Amino acid sequence: MIAFSVNGKRVDLDVDPSTPLLWVIREQLGLTGTKYGCGMAQCGACTVHIEGEAVRSCVAPVSRATGKAVTTIEGLSPDLSHPLQRAWLEEDVPQCGYCQSGQLMSAAVLLREKPAPTDEEIDEAMTGNICRCGTYPRIRRAIHRAAAMAAKGGAR
Amino acid sequence: MIREKIRQEMIGQEVPGKHNDKDTIRRSTPSGMQRRDFLKVSIAASGGLLIGFHFPGVSQLASAQQASPNSFMPNAFVRIGTDERVTVIVNHSEMGQGVYTSLPMLLADELDADWNKVGYEPAPVDPKYNHPAFGMQITGGSSSVWSGLEQFRQAGAAARALLIAAAAQQWNVDATTCRTESGAVFNGTRKLTYGQLVGAAAKLPPPEHVQLNDPKTFKLIGKPIKRLDTSEKINGGAVFGIDVRLPGMLTAAIARPPIFGAKMKSFDDSRARSMPGVRKIVAIPAGVAVIADTFWQAKVARDALRVEWDEGSMGTFNTSKMMQDFRERAKTTGVSVRKDGDAAEALANAAKKIEAVYEVPYLSHLMMEPLNCVVDLRADSCEVWTGSQFQTVDRANAAKVAGLPNEKVQLHTTFLGGGFGRRANPQSDFVVEAVHVAKAAGAPVKVIWTREDDMQGGWYRPAFLHSIEGGIDASGNPVSWRSRLVGQSIMAGTSFAAAMMKGKAYDPASVEGVDDLPYAIPNVTVESHQAEIGVPVQWLRSVGHSHTAFAVECFVDELAALAQKDPYQFRRQLLQKQPRHLGVLDLAAQKAGWDKPLPKAMGRGIAVHFAFGSYSAHVAEVSVTDGKVRVHRMICAIDCGQYVNPGIIAAQTEGGAIFGASAALFQELTFANGRLQQTNFHTFPVMRMNECPEIETHIVESNEKAGGIGEPGVPCAAPAIANAVFAVTGKRIRRLPIRMTETEAV
Repeated sequence: MIAFSVNGKRVDLDVDPSTPLLWVIREQLGLTGTKYGCGMAQCGACTVHIEGEAVRSCVAPVSRATGKAVTTIEGLSPDLSHPLQRAWLEEDVPQCGYCQSGQLMSAAVLLREKPAPTDEEIDEAMTGNICRCGTYPRIRRAIHRAAAMAAKGGAR
Repeated sequence: MIREKIRQEMIGQEVPGKHNDKDTIRRSTPSGMQRRDFLKVSIAASGGLLIGFHFPGVSQLASAQQASPNSFMPNAFVRIGTDERVTVIVNHSEMGQGVYTSLPMLLADELDADWNKVGYEPAPVDPKYNHPAFGMQITGGSSSVWSGLEQFRQAGAAARALLIAAAAQQWNVDATTCRTESGAVFNGTRKLTYGQLVGAAAKLPPPEHVQLNDPKTFKLIGKPIKRLDTSEKINGGAVFGIDVRLPGMLTAAIARPPIFGAKMKSFDDSRARSMPGVRKIVAIPAGVAVIADTFWQAKVARDALRVEWDEGSMGTFNTSKMMQDFRERAKTTGVSVRKDGDAAEALANAAKKIEAVYEVPYLSHLMMEPLNCVVDLRADSCEVWTGSQFQTVDRANAAKVAGLPNEKVQLHTTFLGGGFGRRANPQSDFVVEAVHVAKAAGAPVKVIWTREDDMQGGWYRPAFLHSIEGGIDASGNPVSWRSRLVGQSIMAGTSFAAAMMKGKAYDPASVEGVDDLPYAIPNVTVESHQAEIGVPVQWLRSVGHSHTAFAVECFVDELAALAQKDPYQFRRQLLQKQPRHLGVLDLAAQKAGWDKPLPKAMGRGIAVHFAFGSYSAHVAEVSVTDGKVRVHRMICAIDCGQYVNPGIIAAQTEGGAIFGASAALFQELTFANGRLQQTNFHTFPVMRMNECPEIETHIVESNEKAGGIGEPGVPCAAPAIANAVFAVTGKRIRRLPIRMTETEAV
């Protein structure tokens, strides 16, 4: 049995510990907001947080989460109230939407560590997340907007 | 049980925009029969409202049956509930291009709906939802908005007329004395909401004619309305094909041939068979399928198979040799596509001449969501869930394999994690193989392709060679142009060949974008050579234009240099009779500040192109450092005629520019001994955040017929970048992706 928490709920799972966390989240837990894109930490679609750190869950064995707190896109906010989600809505960021969970989870760590990120810091934090539709200019604008929102005290 | 509970607790969020069940699956599982029942009713209905559409394909548009006592469905495209919700049924697949917003906008504007109450739902497969121009259910050709323009407006107007008639009847007044506003009918101070009128409106006969609104009164159309589907795309709620889950569902991974055309000789599953979770291992026409409880189990066991393949004739195929063959073939006369005047004679008499050979590689669509398909096959029914761009064809192909009539097969269109043409496969490859797996599985089954499976699975943008010769007279005016293209046909061999090739000896999709060369050149010859190669090829975002624009617009630049003229002014002069080309060209040049100097290390390039009913021009600003091209800024001008949502147009133009720039800078598929050399994003890169330029989009205000927007933003990116590289380095780019080590100094 592997025990950890996902979005604040404890889970106990009987699963092969070498299984990538991504597939456990998607298949055993049914949280399909976290996406499969490459299986080799190239595209970032599978990004989740383990203890607040951005992790590519497609290459992280589920054993890595043992005893830890995992957050997925479903746990970013209960009601689209995270400044990034509000900024994403304002900037109309997504196109197909498939990569956006991973983009948001990467951006959330960036914003926590750098409340007012520069363009270079955005490049550094977001370059691991591929968007085939080409929403990068809007992602950049939305991160700046979310930072401004948070600075104004709109953040939780 | 615990899983379901967790899922509900974790997900329990309201999703704006999408009005129906939060979970696509739930709609069709036995516990949620409502939708399925409704479809039966809807399809069976023949005597309901008949609304006179102009399009022959939907003239039978009918079905005024009540979806339930709580809603009213005046036609196939809209359902209005007693809860005031307006659900627009969308017959085009949402793959990023915003059809779940732009098409509802058209309907809602004519319906005078409260936009906050408007949602969307994917259409089932039914002739009622056929593309009015293409005669089948398909999303492609950048056609969703222009083909839906009248259709969705008419549907909204017809529904509004019925609601007004119902209110007028209740008030016993003349309908013409009533007005509507934001989801309600008014007469003086009296008001009835659309929800309150649902029951009465459903009993009324359809209007014979509907009056469409004067465009001056549009409340939504033409405005940058925010997308309806953003909420569920940023909270994990949107259900893509890969997310579909059915009770008792198994998952499969397939070992497919490593070489196109290879056949399975035998396989050894002694290790795989005993691996955890593995239920069945079975040979299917596509390869060997491993069916397991979970994807990871299926994938691990699939990788443990030992399969022996008969390599077939493609085992010696190499792309380098292929391009050599193309070069030789381009020296010979091809099938005539266009012949104005005598290009050969004019070239012989030209003051100066130049020849250039442009080459582009095979490309993968590389949607972020790898291919997948869920099939629930029963004795007398088959349900398919997938991100399809080609519902009519996919259902028919699934039915054939299932051995069922079309009506017994229901295809549910999920969100598409990118399409770019790949999910409109004439053979429905990813659907057909999933039905084969389902036959063996004895349970609902989901087939998931790994990224490697997806990239190596074929159906690429064909590689092309485009050889151009041109000449100018003593004043620098072009007098001769001869294009020869060599490459595979997309249409040949498909069931669409007859319709699309129209008896021509060449594939129009191979030469589109050069066959209509817009420049004022008196002698033009375009010839095509069709290559027969066993690599499956398919339309990829902007299709033939993805390579013809590169060759044409780079060669125009070469002619300008030969004539010692500014590339923008040179184009202007040759496009005097093409006002819409000129419009976007001027707009892009002006917004880019074409006449203002750039820093010394930077160069500007320009390109203009017509594709899919729209005109596009790009200016790219680049620098080249240590052999690496960096695109700093792209200024895009687009004229797509009458438009619906400028916000979405800007997004598609930005995305198109990035898609084109990715191909120009990074992407190439190569084969050695029949095996594709690329496997994943590290060997077939996509532009990333740190490489992405600033992009500006400028839209031309126009009353011309609406054109497309999904694809027209792609073609100009490569030539604008290549021409900018020339401006800063003096080196011509004649091969994509750009590699500065192999450029020619001119």
